Amino acid sequence: MSVYPEYMQESIRRVEETRPDRLGKNFPRLSLAEQEELLRRYHPDYKPEGKRPLRVGASFGELVPHEVADLLEAYPLVDPGKIDLSQVDYDVDVLVIGGGGAGTVAAIWAQSAGIPAERILIVTKLRHGDSNSIMAQGGIQAATKPHDSPAIHFLDVLGGGHFTNDPKLVRALAEDAPFIVKWHEELGVMYDKEEDGTMLTIHGGGTSKKRMHSCKDYTGLEIMRVLRDEARNLGIPVLEFHPAVELLTDEFGQVAGAVVWSLETEEYKIVRAKATILATGGWGRLHIQGFPTTNHYGATADGLVLAYRVGAKLRDLDAVQYHPTGAAFPEQLVGLLITEKVRGLGAQPVNASGELFVHPLEPRDVESAAFIRECLPPEKGGRGLGLATPTGMVGVWLDTPMVDMIHGKGTFQRALSSIYRMYVRFEIDPTQEPILVYPTLHYQNGGVVIDEHGWTGIPGLFAAGEVEGGVHGKNRLMGNSLLDYNVFGKRAGNAAAQWVQKARLGTPTLRHVERYAADLRRAGIPETHRAPLLLPDYRGKKTLARVVDLL
Amino acid sequence: MDEVQVKVKPEMVTVYIMGQAYQVPAGLTILKALEYAGFRLVRGVGCRGGFCGACATVYRLPGDYRLYADLACQTTVKDGMYLALLPSTPAERRSYDIRKVKPAGETLLALYPELARCVACNTCTKSCPQKLEVMDAVQAALRGDIAKVAELTFDCLSCGLCTMRCPAEIPHYHVWQLARRLYGAYLAPKAEHLHRRVQEIEEGKCKEELERLMRLTREELRELYKAREIEPE
Repeated sequence: MSVYPEYMQESIRRVEETRPDRLGKNFPRLSLAEQEELLRRYHPDYKPEGKRPLRVGASFGELVPHEVADLLEAYPLVDPGKIDLSQVDYDVDVLVIGGGGAGTVAAIWAQSAGIPAERILIVTKLRHGDSNSIMAQGGIQAATKPHDSPAIHFLDVLGGGHFTNDPKLVRALAEDAPFIVKWHEELGVMYDKEEDGTMLTIHGGGTSKKRMHSCKDYTGLEIMRVLRDEARNLGIPVLEFHPAVELLTDEFGQVAGAVVWSLETEEYKIVRAKATILATGGWGRLHIQGFPTTNHYGATADGLVLAYRVGAKLRDLDAVQYHPTGAAFPEQLVGLLITEKVRGLGAQPVNASGELFVHPLEPRDVESAAFIRECLPPEKGGRGLGLATPTGMVGVWLDTPMVDMIHGKGTFQRALSSIYRMYVRFEIDPTQEPILVYPTLHYQNGGVVIDEHGWTGIPGLFAAGEVEGGVHGKNRLMGNSLLDYNVFGKRAGNAAAQWVQKARLGTPTLRHVERYAADLRRAGIPETHRAPLLLPDYRGKKTLARVVDLL
Repeated sequence: MDEVQVKVKPEMVTVYIMGQAYQVPAGLTILKALEYAGFRLVRGVGCRGGFCGACATVYRLPGDYRLYADLACQTTVKDGMYLALLPSTPAERRSYDIRKVKPAGETLLALYPELARCVACNTCTKSCPQKLEVMDAVQAALRGDIAKVAELTFDCLSCGLCTMRCPAEIPHYHVWQLARRLYGAYLAPKAEHLHRRVQEIEEGKCKEELERLMRLTREELRELYKAREIEPE
């Protein structure tokens, strides 16, 4: 008994008919020119009406999605005149804003660089570890195999980002990667290994060598919980349910800590810090262009807002990463991530007629564009070969039964247990029936400009993880986000610890916020928006809107 | 997509959220039903995708004496469901130094002696939203079989539902975390290729090639990229 309605089962039968021919074959990879053409015509980033230039600030004139511009051009949540900054609640050396992967790594390395644990403070919006980091499934890239090298990894990252990345950052990413995986091994991360200890590695979209290291399909969870456990062993203090609402600056133009807001007791706390590390993650919950998202509840781009108000520069925010395979059916799963590892293990994307229409492992933006082309109706320039669900979502098939056919029975359940569990809960067995997928908002490719030490260019302010930009240019490859937060978390933690040694703090103020608000008024921007957003609002009918407003 | 845009006129069901009745559309997850009912969640919500364990929920169904436990983001509401979110699980975690701790069975019992209070009632297993064999893992921990504990609990989300229901008051997920780290750090075979590569990098053997690439123009890099040799799948 299938839970797919009859018309969808009919399409599944066509997928099954073409499957024997498709096994062992693949769609040819596209040339760079073909990729560019596909992106230009079908990727949502290439729709000019989706963006506008910023009207104020250090990145004046840069194009960003409207949803992001609305936040960057919003007025502050706090009234600078109404907060008593002389009552400092926490006085520390290093303040880490964000308790996901980047923040936790930064705190651990700041401690290791000589800052006593009790002089570090992590503040975070939800619980320690609630983050996109914990949701990553597929893996982490590192050139650890003899036939691979950091230089080849470097080239893959640059090509995947269409050569828009900052090469210094890419070099740091590729060169530090093997060390990071070794560090994890020492901390007790259970990487997938062969019996002799050789790491199991597979391809990800856009990789030229198999360098995706994984922990089943719970890679993000496994790494995050080990790092969190280590931070707890080290005694690093964490304030949960305390998002930062504003940075503090002193009379020397240095960042001097932050104002945080207790979501539970509803009061402000003042944190004075010699160094501040922004590790607030990304923007998925802004639902750019109405897309569903894979992101956790707190991914509302707060860090961009805070950094921009103190004068930090932003880059590549015009590039939104849509993960090609978000769940499109059943409705309860819409938007959730189906890891690229499913395609890495051989599952092919096929249209409603059962035809393979793109190589399964093109870079993510290219793969997503190909899915959108397949689903768009002919009158909008597409092929009209997607399949609509009863609630109006549309998608293409991901032929999941191929995984066990290629690698042997039991592989899917073992290597992809989270996906398997997710579907079986809703009575779909992905080893027997294909699953319907459509691109979903996944990652903030760009962000706050940093150097290779995680420094933002603003004295006292560092950034790591999804909030920063430049590492991935305009498109991140699979397995480089877990790597990014580890590499730049470590670098930012070390750099912040060094900064602390010579930092001389002045008096914390919110003067930069007043200045920014004045700039907004001068630019004629009405007071219609407030930021940071802190949490999305899904109350009432908004719960339903997301599942029907696509395309 | 206008022609496939289906007007959603969902069938409504009644759920009792902490005792209060609300009408919500059938087919929503518990999490979305709470939001539909007007709750703006702070506690009891996290990744919304079944990975973080923040939305541990207990519920009963009409005419059924059992207390069910599951994740609010992964469970569909049923008509007449009575439910409450668990905002957090109080459970003490014991600190240790991963570099000094012994990867031996007695370590688990030394840090968590309450393991020995297990009465083998299997309530932990029945309350696991991940359908893990939790009681088997407790038994493996009692035998000191770290590898078995690590294997059985790998998919644990630390939601705390087993710990809240356990009559022996074992803080399961903290024990599992310790066991998995011991396994990963000491018992799993080491990746020698990884150690060789890190050493090569530390000796500066990868530097020259990277620096050569750093000096190339974008056009030269594009050519190199196009000519990459792709490892066969």
